[in-house]
Amino acid sequence: MLKIENLHVSYGGIKALRGISLEVPDGKIVTLIGANGAGKSTTLRTISGLVKADSGSITYNDQELLGKPINKVLEAGIAQAPEGRRVFPNLTVLENLKIGAYLRSDKDGIERDLKWVYELFPRLEERHWQLAGTLSGGEQQMLAVGRALMSRPKLLMMDEPSLGLAPLVVQGIFDIIRTINEQGVTVLLIEQNANMALKIADYAYVLETGNITKSGTGAELLADESIKEAYLGKKKK
Amino acid sequence: MHDAAYFIQLLLSGVTVGSLYALIAIGYTMVYGILRLINFAHGDIFMMAGFFMVYISATCSLAISIPLVLILTVVLGVLIEKAAYKPLRTAPRMSVMISAIGVSYLLQNLATYITGGIARAYPDITFLTKVMQVGGLSIKRITIITPILTIVLVAILVVLIQKTKIGMAMRAVSRDFETSQLMGIKINSVISMTFVIGSFLAGVASILYFANYGQVSPMIGAMPGLKAFVAAVFGGIGSIPGAVIGAFIIGICESFIKANENIAVFSNAFTFALLIIILLCKPNGLFGEKLTEKV
Repeated sequence: MLKIENLHVSYGGIKALRGISLEVPDGKIVTLIGANGAGKSTTLRTISGLVKADSGSITYNDQELLGKPINKVLEAGIAQAPEGRRVFPNLTVLENLKIGAYLRSDKDGIERDLKWVYELFPRLEERHWQLAGTLSGGEQQMLAVGRALMSRPKLLMMDEPSLGLAPLVVQGIFDIIRTINEQGVTVLLIEQNANMALKIADYAYVLETGNITKSGTGAELLADESIKEAYLGKKKK
Repeated sequence: MHDAAYFIQLLLSGVTVGSLYALIAIGYTMVYGILRLINFAHGDIFMMAGFFMVYISATCSLAISIPLVLILTVVLGVLIEKAAYKPLRTAPRMSVMISAIGVSYLLQNLATYITGGIARAYPDITFLTKVMQVGGLSIKRITIITPILTIVLVAILVVLIQKTKIGMAMRAVSRDFETSQLMGIKINSVISMTFVIGSFLAGVASILYFANYGQVSPMIGAMPGLKAFVAAVFGGIGSIPGAVIGAFIIGICESFIKANENIAVFSNAFTFALLIIILLCKPNGLFGEKLTEKV
């Protein structure tokens, strides 16, 4: 289980997170929703070790992650598919996947997981020789997720996987998220597309300007009037 | 009228000079590819490698001196990175560039201080400087060895970058530091590796260059360094094949210009005029990465 307690993060004097606490139990899909600038990406970046925290704690299976270098967080079993896909455009699809397994040295295991990723995303196998920069947005998102999976994570963090994608493609990505989760990978999902995220989430947190203002099961928040108004596009009467 | 042998001789000497520029240019282009930094100290690393040889060969045999010089050059390159560039990793690019210029002056002045500014004789590496007769041409062995060695080293480098794990990491880091880190790549070791390769090749170039030239002086790194830099820009900075081809073109052109006594004096001017023309007409160079890409 990933456990964040009273986490404070700031960028050059500006407070991005003001003491958030949340839990991601094993085997679940947990989502963090909120508007632009609420601190969602900062949360993920702090877990991964890209951003230093001011105070608080992040533990994974009772092991403190704060202050650990990025590769140690990855070794602990937490991978991230970053916002905006960030595939390596100058590497082929296959190389992008291999680089996801950069820290691993078990050749057979990598080969097995490559097959697994190809099963999840047959499109990637068809295009394995292509430069990732030539893929469509949806394919790049598949690649970003596949690349993260190549590290064999126990917890996969996804930052806005639906960003800039056509609705049909988004549906496909969310189907895959559910499949991955059913195969035993815990998911921490960040989304602005609150509707989609809440529908697949076991548990959800709402982040507003650095504070967690609400939490509950996906279904509870979907039914919540204030959430509907703020995030689900329901008009005020 | 000149005969074919004369023409071939000029071409060969151009290819040799071009090879040396290529070996140095790779150091510029690789560091730029990863750090977006023009390592102005690179030409001076080349010069320092020359002095390492002068001092080491005074007490050791060539069989020991040559590997030792290469190792010391690599160590120097990596040390410069750790001391002058790494602390500025998050600073604006201009700061790192100024730091590089500072290192360049530091090395030049250090060399001046130690040597008293006097040119030192480079040891004679007879294996390289021996003159051979090939089909009516009399050429130094070095003229043949330099391009061959360069091509072999470049081929090894290309394989390293395209086929190995560290090469893949280098290509990834050259595009995206942060995401590379998320993959577990240690950025600093990849950057160090870049300096190891660049300095090693500069060390090799230094041995080949000074063995032919005969002496080393503190400011001597500047001109070959600049020419190699122009070659790297010409080929498209960041691109290794570009740097090599740019270097060969510049080397061959220079060789032919120098052979014509009416314009020989303009051979340096030609190289830098070429730089200006390239920057005006094709700022990305021959094989430079395009700035726009699909996102």
